Amino acid sequence: MEELLKVNDISVVFGGLRAVSNFSMTINKGELIGLIGPNGAGKTTAFNMITGVYTPTEGEIIFNGTKTSGKKSYQVTQLGMARTFQNIRLFSELSVIDNVKVAYNMHVKYGLVEAIGRFGRYFDEEDKITEMAMDLLKIFHLEDKADELAKNLPYGEQRRLEIARALATGPKLLLLDEPAAGMNPQETKELMELIRWIREKFDLAILLIEHDMGLVMGVCERIYVLEYGLCIANGTPDEIKHNKRVIEAYLGEEVL
Amino acid sequence: MNILRKSDLKRIVACAILFAAVQGLLFAEIIGPFWELNIVLICINIILAVSLNLINGYTGQFSIGHAGFLAVGAYTGAIMTVKLGFPFEVALVVGTVAAGFLGFLIGLPTLRLNGDYLAIATLGLGEIIRICILNIDYVGGASGLMGIPRFTTFAWVFWIMIFVIFFIKNFKNSSYGRCCLAIRENEIAADTMGIDTTKYKVMAFTLGAAFAGTAGVLFSHYFYIAHPASFTFMRSFDILTMVVLGGLGSMTGSITGAVLLTFISAYLAEYPEWRMIIYSATMIVLMLHRPQGLFGNKELSMKMFGLGGGKDGRTAESK
Repeated sequence: MEELLKVNDISVVFGGLRAVSNFSMTINKGELIGLIGPNGAGKTTAFNMITGVYTPTEGEIIFNGTKTSGKKSYQVTQLGMARTFQNIRLFSELSVIDNVKVAYNMHVKYGLVEAIGRFGRYFDEEDKITEMAMDLLKIFHLEDKADELAKNLPYGEQRRLEIARALATGPKLLLLDEPAAGMNPQETKELMELIRWIREKFDLAILLIEHDMGLVMGVCERIYVLEYGLCIANGTPDEIKHNKRVIEAYLGEEVL
Repeated sequence: MNILRKSDLKRIVACAILFAAVQGLLFAEIIGPFWELNIVLICINIILAVSLNLINGYTGQFSIGHAGFLAVGAYTGAIMTVKLGFPFEVALVVGTVAAGFLGFLIGLPTLRLNGDYLAIATLGLGEIIRICILNIDYVGGASGLMGIPRFTTFAWVFWIMIFVIFFIKNFKNSSYGRCCLAIRENEIAADTMGIDTTKYKVMAFTLGAAFAGTAGVLFSHYFYIAHPASFTFMRSFDILTMVVLGGLGSMTGSITGAVLLTFISAYLAEYPEWRMIIYSATMIVLMLHRPQGLFGNKELSMKMFGLGGGKDGRTAESK
């Protein structure tokens, strides 16, 4: 299988705190990978390093053949990596469809002069963007709410919109930070289906941070486990389920 | 998308009608020199308000140094016509470009700052520009640059205003504008959408500064003089008040704010001792009852206009 993301021994130090230490991972094209760990284990920090929000203090990240560690967040996105946030970050005062349209900015083919003068490719491109955005909203069952402000959507729909927006950037790798947070079991189940379906439909790899073990064990092909910034295990869901260190991390040590 | 073109065409026709009406009244001398002056001032203030709205309202970068760019435009334009003898058109272009260029230079370092810090930096900047001008003898120093010919006519100022309004409206309704709005809404999320936030912030800042420069050229070529006292931070606050009054992020709001406040100060010109009291009392009442400004960040649409009726014509066209 072709390698998409290669994380080599990254560490990040905040003052005296080593938030993530010598973390390595590989994601191949089309894989669905989980990243789990107790609260404060450094999952989101690892995410932030991969997506360029933080620069790793040590180590390097190679995405699709390009070294991305040290690049800025928007440059990483332009290379084909998209993400969602643990605490939803939508453009709340913009309409649902505009939220998605923003994400097409990298692919817009008209220039500033064309936009101001409204000639040339402006109308064609805008039509195309609107159409693509609507198609995407349909997939996420949000087409009826296209003109509503994003802040007025219920929680579950905001989560879905955030995924739709991330997909609109045209990623090869999608990173989801706790997509099921705050969802009820039924919604989580639907989300599981959706994640699987997205991967097939958009032909991309997905990296998932999640606390819901049912979801992670259910959809992920491989799982990495972090504890106190260290990667304590990685393997298939079955291997992880029976890994002694993982059980200790989650349930505590056995007392004899 | 033909609808879009058609509605733009309608708006331009409406603008032309409004122009013809006001121009006709000016010719017939039904509108006296006092109100003519105020109408020109309204147009200049609209240019200033919508250009500041591009920075503060759309891109969410709180800048309060707009008078500085106004001054740069006013002086550069005046130097071109008075000192170097170029025609007015050249002065307009040079004044615009000079203010825009300065905005670009200043924007690059300062737009790394957020919120309050950016506000303070831009405030300081406006003052620095003014103090610099105050100490340049070539442009008259503290006594100002005098003897500027009156090239600005109602026609010039009106059509430039329309141009600026359409420019910013079209900018907002494009991918560029959406990126700016995204930055205002959530900079971190905008970043992860592949938006080079610095680029768009600097772009908005440069454009806003450039149009303030245009307004400056028009300003100095109407009032015969460019004087440092016209460009104090109070002037910056005036413009900011117009934008906030109308609603940050609403272009029709900025226009209404500019019209309203210019009218209020013109009316109150006869009662100078009451002017600031009434002015500030209005602001306090408005901020208590409608802190988001008259329109919030919504645009006044034709439909709303039809229902409301009786509002100033310019506000409806600009949408």
